[in-house]
Amino acid sequence: MTAPTQISHTQAESDLLARFDTAKGDLSGSTAVSDLRVAAAEQIKTKGLPHRRVEEYKYTDLRAYMKSAAPLAPKASAAEAKALADAENAYGELERFRIVVANGTYLAEVSDLEALAAEGVTVTDFAAALDQDTAADLLATPPSAGTDGVLALNTAFVQGGVVITVKEGADVSRPVELVHVSTAEGAIVTRNRINVAKGAKLKMLESFAGTTGTGETNVVFDYKIADNAEFATTRLVVGATEGARLLTTLATIGADAIFKILGFMAGPAFARNQQFVAFEGENSEAKLYGVSMARDRCLADQTLIIDHAVPHCNSREYFKTVLDDEARGVYQGRINVAQHAQKSDGEMMTQALLLSEGPEMANKPELEIFADDVLCAHGATSGQIDEDLLFYLRARGIPEAEARTLLVLAFLSEAIEEFEEEYVTDFLEQRVRDWLAGK
Amino acid sequence: MLEIKNLHARIAEDGTEILRGVDLKVNAGEVHAIMGPNGSGKSTLSYILAGKSDYEVTEGEIIFHGENLLELEPDERAAAGVFLAFQYPIEIPGVATMEFLKTAMNAQRKAKGQAQLSIPDFMKLVKEKSKDLNVSMDMLKRPLNVGFSGGEKKRAEILQMSLLEPSLCVLDETDSGLDIDALRIVSEGVNKLRSPERAMVVITHYQRLLDHIIPDVVHVLSKGRIVKTGGKELALELEKNGYADYIEAA
Amino acid sequence: MPAVQETIDQVKAIDVDQYKYGFVTDIESERGAKGLSEETVRFLSAKKGEPEWMTEWRLDALRRFNTMEEPDWARVSYPKIDFDELYYWASPKSVEGPKSLDEVDPELLATYEKLGIPLREQEILAGVEPKNRIAVDAVFDSVSVVTTFKKELAAAGVIFCSISEAIKEHPELVKKYLGSVVPVTDNYYATLNSAVFSDGSFVYIPEGVRCPMELSTYFRINEQNTGQFERTLIIAEKGSYVSYLEGCTAPQRDENQLHAAVVELVALDDAEIKYSTVQNWFPGDSEGKGGIYNFVTKRGDCRGKNSKISWTQVETGSAITWKYPSCILRGDNSVGEFYSIAVSNGYQQIDSGTKMIHLGKNTSSRIISKGISAGKSSNTYRGLVSAHRKASNARNFTQCDSLLIGQDCGAHTVPYIESKNASAVFEHEATTSKISDDQMFYCLQRGLDEEGAVALIVNGFVKDVIQQLPMEFAVEAQKLISISLEGSVG
Repeated sequence: MTAPTQISHTQAESDLLARFDTAKGDLSGSTAVSDLRVAAAEQIKTKGLPHRRVEEYKYTDLRAYMKSAAPLAPKASAAEAKALADAENAYGELERFRIVVANGTYLAEVSDLEALAAEGVTVTDFAAALDQDTAADLLATPPSAGTDGVLALNTAFVQGGVVITVKEGADVSRPVELVHVSTAEGAIVTRNRINVAKGAKLKMLESFAGTTGTGETNVVFDYKIADNAEFATTRLVVGATEGARLLTTLATIGADAIFKILGFMAGPAFARNQQFVAFEGENSEAKLYGVSMARDRCLADQTLIIDHAVPHCNSREYFKTVLDDEARGVYQGRINVAQHAQKSDGEMMTQALLLSEGPEMANKPELEIFADDVLCAHGATSGQIDEDLLFYLRARGIPEAEARTLLVLAFLSEAIEEFEEEYVTDFLEQRVRDWLAGK
Repeated sequence: MLEIKNLHARIAEDGTEILRGVDLKVNAGEVHAIMGPNGSGKSTLSYILAGKSDYEVTEGEIIFHGENLLELEPDERAAAGVFLAFQYPIEIPGVATMEFLKTAMNAQRKAKGQAQLSIPDFMKLVKEKSKDLNVSMDMLKRPLNVGFSGGEKKRAEILQMSLLEPSLCVLDETDSGLDIDALRIVSEGVNKLRSPERAMVVITHYQRLLDHIIPDVVHVLSKGRIVKTGGKELALELEKNGYADYIEAA
Repeated sequence: MPAVQETIDQVKAIDVDQYKYGFVTDIESERGAKGLSEETVRFLSAKKGEPEWMTEWRLDALRRFNTMEEPDWARVSYPKIDFDELYYWASPKSVEGPKSLDEVDPELLATYEKLGIPLREQEILAGVEPKNRIAVDAVFDSVSVVTTFKKELAAAGVIFCSISEAIKEHPELVKKYLGSVVPVTDNYYATLNSAVFSDGSFVYIPEGVRCPMELSTYFRINEQNTGQFERTLIIAEKGSYVSYLEGCTAPQRDENQLHAAVVELVALDDAEIKYSTVQNWFPGDSEGKGGIYNFVTKRGDCRGKNSKISWTQVETGSAITWKYPSCILRGDNSVGEFYSIAVSNGYQQIDSGTKMIHLGKNTSSRIISKGISAGKSSNTYRGLVSAHRKASNARNFTQCDSLLIGQDCGAHTVPYIESKNASAVFEHEATTSKISDDQMFYCLQRGLDEEGAVALIVNGFVKDVIQQLPMEFAVEAQKLISISLEGSVG
């Protein structure tokens, strides 16, 4: 009764293995990197795409969703990429610096390099970095991610991305937008390393423009937050897309540092935002927020593991999900507290609002505690719009549709406002309104 | 202004009969008190006026300004001038009171074909009305009714009433949960809104509210019917003798 | 609070050896052949004089078991069990089916007396209010040795007997309900149990009857290298009510022993079943050696409308506990409840919780779970709350609290909350904390010693659940919890 070592491959898995054979010669990397790529491809071969029998993908069956796998997207022209990024303009008039990654490749010529350099921020090509001798470190995965299938896909196929480094003590005056553009159909697989040195402050805006067709978008954001640094990022994943959106956060946080992220998802047919965050120094704070909105037969998955590996750290995880039609929402969150991580303080809340009869929500908020002097709590709720609230608003003369919008906004605003990055609040609330209006 | 004819209503979910033929006529400028024992249908009547879908009207009609009120949605009724001061104002986390007031006022203005209020005009109006009701700016910044004391909630209801300027004010047990001082402030707020163009229906279990808001007409509601109508002295009689006679009568 | 005082006294009186039920009864007994095979099953079935259909049912289960793999998802670890090294049948020689009390071996009666289990009807009757009477089915290793108060229960129409007797005397009921709540292939250990279950209790409450007394089963493992596989089936007909209690102990032995039980409850329209467990199997010694593997499947089916099933458990024993007493809320307006206290100390591992499956309309469930971890133990709450498409207006409230005592233990919470119906409202809260220094100081300042203070605070922590237990059990449970936590502070 031993498990079979060879699975029978789905069309998508066969496509991926063929894609690897075709692309491996072109993909950059030192010998060590190539070995990692081959090992990752081997994992796809033996284990297949992650599916519902894998605990972490119990509600998010990527294997069943991906009917086929498109080839990797071809190189983009800088002019075309710039035009698309300008057209998408996810953050409107907000003053910001911009870095463009198009079809999986960093485009220095359309990124604000000089202005960033003046602020103490250097940007280099991730693909070039992979050729260095020490490059294997760039592809390291945290223990909490285990043998994650989405990360394996990223390691096997990563085309490029950026390495952003903020020098010690720099306080970057404007948010930095990292936009991933797709100018042609095809999968994009990128990995970005963001190094925020000691005492530095950086705010980021992440966005996606263009379409990948049926190709998957697999992007890893690997943040290294040093002691006393402060970092906040907004991840905006909006618009209808057919290809799976697979986003991964890897973060390590030094001492006395602050790490904040808000993942906002509305629109993609299949989106997973998975985050692996670990404290490496004491007295730090991590705040993870999430807003997921899905309708039709879309799936929105927010998954996270936060490792309180050292004492005296504080984490907050607030996630909100709004579902309509036949959509499915998933929240899986785990707070780990290691044995000697005393005085850890973790609080997790996941709430879902179901707007009609059809949607499904799966919540799995976990605590895994190995230290006794801790304060950890989690909560989960799911339900519909409270009819009494709706009636109260209507009794004050607010028409039903607007009253519903107001209540959904109120429900989501707890996460958006707690994030306390006022420069994005209006953009996000407008996205909520757009989504509710069916745009 | 308001005419209720032979109104029968039941709870939509289980069919329990609550109102069994209520007749009531309220003219502009009048204040009517509806008194009655617990379970007589007082709050139900107020919810039906405002259009809560938990109740089903099985017979009778409600004419408001010559229109069939029962055909209107709750927000249309509000725009038409019906205001219900809730016995238990609802808490809405995440919606700042100020934001809510602005949304409600502009929604009603829009329904009436009026221009939207500018922010300075709105602020001026709110500040002016809040002062009379002893509502602080700090309170207006907090989420609607969340963490408000009983008195604060009722004052916020009356503030909304004064800002929305309805033609019919229905006050459902507005005195419940108020101490003497709060009762005085709330009553003064209500009395200020009395005018020849406006009617009020004051629902209460106790007479004490009517010491402050003096009614023109007092009705006794028992077992879903109005069993007695009289002047303000009727309230005093009820205070003395209780509702027992009327429960029998119904 | 006298109970607290009693708890404190009890804690003080305890010897270094904390497990007071660890003695062995010296009684001549008979065992079947070692190992799991068709022969074992046939032998066991023949020994019990079972009809052909029952033997076939068991053999079918065995065949299915042989195709299954041991589950590994629970947060527990143990060396692989060699099912061929176990005995599946052990019985005191003097017992051949249930007997009247007069015929029971005095050595057995003495054992139950020592365990504090009242088997002598006259003793229970003397000077005790009738409502406090408890009918007991005593299971010793693989067989039921006696069932008390049978006559009185029969007068009310209640059937309370061993499952072996029910298979012979009430085959139509057993055939209809056995395996209808926990299917034969439900899980690895349930399938094993279906093949080799030895004995257990059977309860049938007829329509409209409120069972006149508490029913209880007391399980005792005595033999070495013996698995205990009991099977309990409770059927509450329309409008009936029963409260059932279950207690368990085992001698202190060096090797691990397997206990894989299956409990099935069926509540028809307007019926209510209250099922309480105080589980105190031998937890292993202070080095983590020995102890019971308690792999149990318990499930209630609220089959009728307005039915209610309530599980209350106090889990203090066993080396490993793996159990999820669950409710299938099939009938409209049915109610499921789960109240649990799980205490782990030493090297114990607990992975326990519940499943509330909302299928009918207007169903509601409530989960209150209190986990206390001390020593080097690991304590996991694992639960599922799900509302299916048609379960409109389903309601669930879950409260999971964990308390850690000491730095070497772990407390985990793994809830799965799945809603497929928009009108379902689920609320889940969980906290993890320790006994605060302020609380301790306050108690000490008022004159309690450290263990007294811990007992007091822990009793406060578990109060919501203790209140759900029948009175006699509540006192016992409080004592047990304190004993289990002995030596965990300082």
